[in-house]
Amino acid sequence: MKLVVVDYESGNLRSVSRALESCGVAPLVSGDPQDLSNADAVALPGVGSGPAAMTALQQRGLVEPLREFALSGRPFLGICLGLQLLLDWTDEEGGAPCLGIVPGRVKRLPPTTSGGTGFNGTPPPTLKIPHMGWNSVTLNANHQALSDIDSNSYFYFVHSYYAEPADSAGVLGTTEYGLPFCSVYAQKGIVATQFHPEKSGAVGLRIYRNFVAMAAEKSRGTPHP
Amino acid sequence: MGVGWYTAGGVFLILIRGWWAGLLTKRIIPCLDVDGGRVVKGVSFVELRDAGDPAELAAVYDREGGDELVFLDITASSDSRDTMVDVVRRVSEEVFIPLTVGGGIRNVGDIRRMLKAGADKVSLNTAAVNNPALIGEGAAQFGNQCIVVAIDAKRVSWGAERPEHSEHRGAGGGGLGLDAGSRWEVYTRGGRTPTGIDAVKWAARAVELGSGEILLTSMDEDGQKRGYDLELTRAVSEATPVPVIASGGAGNLGHLYDALEAGRADAVLAASIFHFGEYSIGEAKDYLGGRGVAVRPYAG
Repeated sequence: MKLVVVDYESGNLRSVSRALESCGVAPLVSGDPQDLSNADAVALPGVGSGPAAMTALQQRGLVEPLREFALSGRPFLGICLGLQLLLDWTDEEGGAPCLGIVPGRVKRLPPTTSGGTGFNGTPPPTLKIPHMGWNSVTLNANHQALSDIDSNSYFYFVHSYYAEPADSAGVLGTTEYGLPFCSVYAQKGIVATQFHPEKSGAVGLRIYRNFVAMAAEKSRGTPHP
Repeated sequence: MGVGWYTAGGVFLILIRGWWAGLLTKRIIPCLDVDGGRVVKGVSFVELRDAGDPAELAAVYDREGGDELVFLDITASSDSRDTMVDVVRRVSEEVFIPLTVGGGIRNVGDIRRMLKAGADKVSLNTAAVNNPALIGEGAAQFGNQCIVVAIDAKRVSWGAERPEHSEHRGAGGGGLGLDAGSRWEVYTRGGRTPTGIDAVKWAARAVELGSGEILLTSMDEDGQKRGYDLELTRAVSEATPVPVIASGGAGNLGHLYDALEAGRADAVLAASIFHFGEYSIGEAKDYLGGRGVAVRPYAG
């Protein structure tokens, strides 16, 4: 099985590779478009700015190969920015087009108060941006990528923007931070999370294990159960 | 106490705080000082084979429910940097929670090496004060989520010479100097060098420059075990839109609660109360959860 972690000089590649290795696979870390076209499964990590990431992907000739792969139905895992990049457009840094695989838009988390009253009746603090730390994910539907994961499990988030898919059908998990937003998206072969499963301890590794199982089935040609 | 307890705790939070508050939990972060690749400051866990091994200790804190780990290179000499890169690599191979590394990181090349080795964030202290542009350069290349500015702050004790405005001696940019309203001064080089910079103003400037998080240490309270400097913590938390980690002074679990509630910190960093086995992280979470603080349940 050929599982490619897309290398476009965006941060946490090592953590993602290690998480996959802990599931018993040896991922190929590559920024070569050729490696995408014949991969069985692809993981797209990403931290930092969406427009900068798009520029980096364009420079490496990865935009079309990524679109083709993700639309082919083969297992595709998007992580954090790797979820946001799937959409049509991001508002980040004045706005930029993204991969256009999932209809929808990436928006900034709104400035808001945490509600209620603060300590000893003082005014409530405003919510900090980035949304950083462990928050719970409410699961709305079953999916192979989420098997053995309880709804309201905690995952590690760090982001200032969130994905808003136009069609809610693929929104399998939501999280609250000032507003409810899409924290897990899955549709056909695509699985994407706003949180970092590779930084979310044992429960996060389960997502990698499930993804590797999807990839193994696909590479053997067995039908999706 | 266990899973069932936390289920009840979750319901309690939903009812009291309201659904709109979300359930972003407050983080409890053990801090490990590393010297020459070994954890120092006497760590006493009975189950450890080698208390000085960063990877083994990291695994224990991960199991106990630590929400992140901070490693500080206290030697911070140039030849210790390679050792620290190796430590980060080994820890990140075994522990799947966020890792922050600080100490002696001076330029974008240092930041890149740490991130490539497996760190998720780097903390900049002296280098950020001496060269504030480093914050922006790091944030532009790697994202502001991985640039933590660490501030060592000490209470100002004005004598008869209380100044209207004393321009700071560091290179932190204009308008950051101590003035009559200043209450805490930034120190660099491990607390050895006063800078003349106002700590609250510096925190706000660091965020403008691209820092995604502030690690705030009270030099007055560090090691005293009588609680965090709540006024400092609250002042910095309210002056910055990004998360603030309170550090310095934890002596019991009530101190953690005070920093998170009265101090409005988003996370608490502690070393000795966990290292010496006075409290486990699980006990800290039970305690905080019992007082209505949202904390991540732990498996233990």
